[in-house]
Amino acid sequence: MITKKDVEHVALLSRLELTGPEKDMYTRQLNDILEHFQFLARLDTENVQPTAHVLPLQNVFREDWAGLHISREDALANCPDQEENYFKVPKIV
Amino acid sequence: MQFTLRTAHEMHDQLIKKEISAEELNKTVFARIDAVDDQIGAYITRTRENALAQARAVDRQIRNGEKISPLSGIPIAIKDNICTDGIRTTAGSKILSNFIPPYSATVVKRLEAAGSTIAGKANLDEFAMGSSNENSAFLVTRNPWDTSRVPGGSSGGSAAAVAAGAAVCALGSDTGGSIRQPASFCGVVGMKPTYGAVSRYGLIAYASSLDQIGPFTRDVTDCALMLNAICGHDPLDSTSAKYQAVDYTGFLKDDVRGMKLGVPEEYMAEGIDPAVRGVVLKAMEKLESLGAVVEYTTLPHTEYALPTYYLIAQAEASSNLARYDGVRYGIRAKGSEDVIDMFMKTRSQGFGHEVKRRIMLGTYALSTGYYDAHYLKALKVRTLIKEDFDRAFKKYDLLLSPVSPTTAFRIGEKIDNPLQMYLSDICTISVNLAGIPGLSIPCGFAGGLPVGLQLMGRHFDEGTMFRAAYTFEQNTDYHKQFPEL
Repeated sequence: MITKKDVEHVALLSRLELTGPEKDMYTRQLNDILEHFQFLARLDTENVQPTAHVLPLQNVFREDWAGLHISREDALANCPDQEENYFKVPKIV
Repeated sequence: MQFTLRTAHEMHDQLIKKEISAEELNKTVFARIDAVDDQIGAYITRTRENALAQARAVDRQIRNGEKISPLSGIPIAIKDNICTDGIRTTAGSKILSNFIPPYSATVVKRLEAAGSTIAGKANLDEFAMGSSNENSAFLVTRNPWDTSRVPGGSSGGSAAAVAAGAAVCALGSDTGGSIRQPASFCGVVGMKPTYGAVSRYGLIAYASSLDQIGPFTRDVTDCALMLNAICGHDPLDSTSAKYQAVDYTGFLKDDVRGMKLGVPEEYMAEGIDPAVRGVVLKAMEKLESLGAVVEYTTLPHTEYALPTYYLIAQAEASSNLARYDGVRYGIRAKGSEDVIDMFMKTRSQGFGHEVKRRIMLGTYALSTGYYDAHYLKALKVRTLIKEDFDRAFKKYDLLLSPVSPTTAFRIGEKIDNPLQMYLSDICTISVNLAGIPGLSIPCGFAGGLPVGLQLMGRHFDEGTMFRAAYTFEQNTDYHKQFPEL
């Protein structure tokens, strides 16, 4: 059972600011969804290995060569605020 | 001029016989877009001038007697979560409403290298999260067969464009059915290739262990041509597989004699609309009459696929979408006191309801105290689902099923009930969990709306799927029926 307090906590972890009606809506909907998902717990998975990824790929390496890169100008072109070739953000502390 | 829907291979024949120029061909498609897209809403951005310039380059090649590739001069719609250098790419989200990528996805580069023209960027559910295209921040896409109905999603714009003749082929992405379900709803061919077969460099990530790019086309031959153009290893995508690419057109043979086709009984059970089941059964009988051996089989963990999929996909999404913070690209909320406040306001204003819901579900499933019960549990059940397929493919060459439990539903019908919306993916999500290829082909109509047949194959065995699908197509005419617009 997810409470409104849980929703507030998860929203903070997700860096989302919710309005009062949104908190109520998500509490109800997340409860509906997770309640429907409950039956997963019935399945015995004691001796089953998890699958995070279906391909037999591990540690894909390549040579460390200098290739063509996006220019600084292009990399900053979509930036909402910048100063002297840096991304600029509001105060942190 | 009377508009006729043609396939890419038919257009290619006209181009090399010089019956039409690539520029004229592109102008015809753009005239069609002008005529129908107000009704359909397939495109977020149209790129007419770029397409015509590319088409003129193809015409010069033809005039100079150069050999052109099968997709040269063919107008293709690109789902708007696939980056295009210098062309706005929004992922259907307000948060990226001003984003102009400084590079193109590998699939776009490969299509451009093949001479294809980019007709525009197709509408989608925000960040590919949805089954109806109603979650787009920009516009509602309508089903060309009935404009009161959804085209499916999340690649609904791509499917609707091809069905309406507003593009000849299209690219979409499929995380839980987002190519196959809209292909089924719109009566076109749609393929999710094997995980790792097509580079995802430049695809805006949703759930990285499930996402795959694939084509929409009007027939199976075009689908093989599109896969030929986009598949193969890419050093820029570390999850792209190193496998020997083949010419998929070599599998287009009208012959399924002796082919063993399994029908998982869980996919034909209650929950599937009886009219849809009837159409799909008839299609299976057709393949049987053409010489295939069709038998019922079982994938016993099917009922667990939906929660497994949603927990894994949303956990991955919550991590992938953490990058949208208003720092490097996209919109930034104004009037923030400090950087955390800026993140919170930007994300709250930039994301729509479904995206917020999924980020929170994923964050919850990964959070302290819930990780083992939700996320880890889902990864273990994923193993069981994958093993179901491994067992079935020891006996069968392909598995067959409906693509979606219903035909296209009405706009607004499911938007307030997320769980009902999620259930429309029950026949497609297991394919992504197992990483195998899935194909939707038109197999008939129920109540005047298209129904898709799903073919599921072994890893990297798209060829067998093409052969069965081509045989079905050669002996039916569903792919030749078009919506009246």
